[in-house]
Amino acid sequence: MRLELTPRLDPSPLARVLAPIAAFMVAFVLAGGVVWLLGRSPLAALQVYVIGPLSDPWALQELVVKATPLALIALGLSYCFRANLWNIGAEGQYVMGAVLGGWLALATHGTDAGPWVWPAMLLLGVLGGALYGLLPAMLRVRFGVSEILVSLMLVYVAQLTLDYLVRGPWRDPKGFNFPQSVTFDPAATLPLLGAGRIHLGAVFAVLAVLATAFVLGRTLFGYRLRVTGEAPRAARFGGFDSGATTLAVFAISGGLAGLAGIVEVSGQIGQLQPTISPGYGFTAITVAFLGRLHPFGILAASLAVGLTFIGGESAQILLKLPLDLTTAFQGLLLLCVLCADALVSYRLRLVRRGGGS
Amino acid sequence: MTAFEAILLTIVTASTPLLIAAMGELVAERSGVLNLGVEGMMAMGAACGFAAAVTFDSTIIGIAVGVLAGTAMAGLFALAVLGLAANQVGSGLALTIFGLGLSGLIGAPFVGARRDPVSPLAIPGLTDLPGVGRLMFGQDAFVYFSLALTVAVALFLGRSRSGLTLRAIGENHASAHALGLPVLRTRLLALLFGGACAGLAGVYLSLIYTRFWSPGMTAGRGWIALALVVFAAWRPAYALIGAYLFGTATVLQLHAQAGQIGLPAQLLSAAPYVATILALVLLSLGRGRAIGAPGSLGQPFVPER
Repeated sequence: MRLELTPRLDPSPLARVLAPIAAFMVAFVLAGGVVWLLGRSPLAALQVYVIGPLSDPWALQELVVKATPLALIALGLSYCFRANLWNIGAEGQYVMGAVLGGWLALATHGTDAGPWVWPAMLLLGVLGGALYGLLPAMLRVRFGVSEILVSLMLVYVAQLTLDYLVRGPWRDPKGFNFPQSVTFDPAATLPLLGAGRIHLGAVFAVLAVLATAFVLGRTLFGYRLRVTGEAPRAARFGGFDSGATTLAVFAISGGLAGLAGIVEVSGQIGQLQPTISPGYGFTAITVAFLGRLHPFGILAASLAVGLTFIGGESAQILLKLPLDLTTAFQGLLLLCVLCADALVSYRLRLVRRGGGS
Repeated sequence: MTAFEAILLTIVTASTPLLIAAMGELVAERSGVLNLGVEGMMAMGAACGFAAAVTFDSTIIGIAVGVLAGTAMAGLFALAVLGLAANQVGSGLALTIFGLGLSGLIGAPFVGARRDPVSPLAIPGLTDLPGVGRLMFGQDAFVYFSLALTVAVALFLGRSRSGLTLRAIGENHASAHALGLPVLRTRLLALLFGGACAGLAGVYLSLIYTRFWSPGMTAGRGWIALALVVFAAWRPAYALIGAYLFGTATVLQLHAQAGQIGLPAQLLSAAPYVATILALVLLSLGRGRAIGAPGSLGQPFVPER
């Protein structure tokens, strides 16, 4: 068996757009095979995962609710990945955003604090996520420690911190010993859009898409990111400070993950619990690559991947398929997207010319 | 057996899976491939190995299936990063996410099942020696295997011709290719070895360490093994020391939790992860940046025609 790769000098733009879609289909067929091996009907799974949610107005709202944190986190990650930096700890930054923002909700609980509370919580959420994201960035810039390992280790630390708080000092004294905080006051709750379940977070996600499109396409900073990621040597000769870029992208992606965390807690859950995410921070990595690190692509990808969370929940109830199937699918999807990317990309050629480094 | 001896014994059992997984990843990274999928391969080894051991009521079959599962996962990774030159960091993450999910699916019917303990080595006379007897001569076979593995990997990398080839490929794949060395084939074998080791480490967790399966039972050990390789500066002997340091930290943390010393359990549970970060920082303070990393680590290779 021998696979030989020839770099394409001129990959077609159409192939670039179609690659993620093809990857999605391949992953879907493979996941169907897994369902079949588990002794369930793949067609029934397709019905539950895709057709059901898409034909139900309630589920469509739910889809937006699930896609909101995914889009926010993935947009932030796209800054890092574009600069060829690997923040894989967004899950921890999400949790820390929720913790710092949630602190204000608990501190003002039962007081007559005005409607300034939830906007201030959002700011604290961004701050918490950004500071937590800066930790691996600073260790990388200052000591040359792998940002991959540090950001990942910090996920466990963040989850344990939240766990400690809601079981210890922040536990609702009237909560029958359940590990959860008090329910947030209305002033600490994100307003809903209209009568449904969609909250203001969806607006933030759309704004973040537009802002990212502007930053990446129209600013010097966006240009710097692209150069740093694609040609680090050229970036150094160009006088771009790679340390400053590292700190900036980690602060941005941490901040957006923190925003996603506090938005989820104050708009959706309404209190702090030991678990506040079904793995949004990790799934967002898949979303970012499925969206080709492009803001509008990420928006579309967050809806597509959001579907797998809703489908996963109904499949658990209707088909008795464990939620792990969703996780497995998301991993498979990421692998397929990267393979499809490799098949259309230029980057092979660039690395080969550069030699060993 | 004194309490102190018991603690030493548990340190050995906590360190062994870290050592085995780190040894596999070390060889893969020395060949120039960064596989971040260790956690996923370990989870698959643990789930498949446990499922097979319960189904066939055989520890041996369980071990074999666990090793195969890890190897198969590594094969999938090799297909992406060697066959298609896909991004290694991203593909490794994908492998971890996929492995954690799939292991949950495979292990689901076996939640709640238990396996009997595997009988440790017993040499009449030696094992009964006071003090060092159990520690030196009363461990399970995996422990001795992991130590032999470390020696074998060290000899292979440092003293054999194939090891030299592997290291040359990891340092500079373009030059190695120009010399006619088989870059992709060597990397494939190194990756499969890494997968087999991760699978074995996973089996050890579910069949010996806990003797049951629960979703997410690897609890970041795959990531700690990855950190160990950096910590060890890609040298087998240092990885051995590192694995036992981390194993000790884990066990002391567990005893501190059981001993009610007044610190929150979560703080102690976070200790191994914080210790990993601190170790990486201290190490870089000690010897400058990333010394010892293979030159071509993490870079895709497409052969020149």
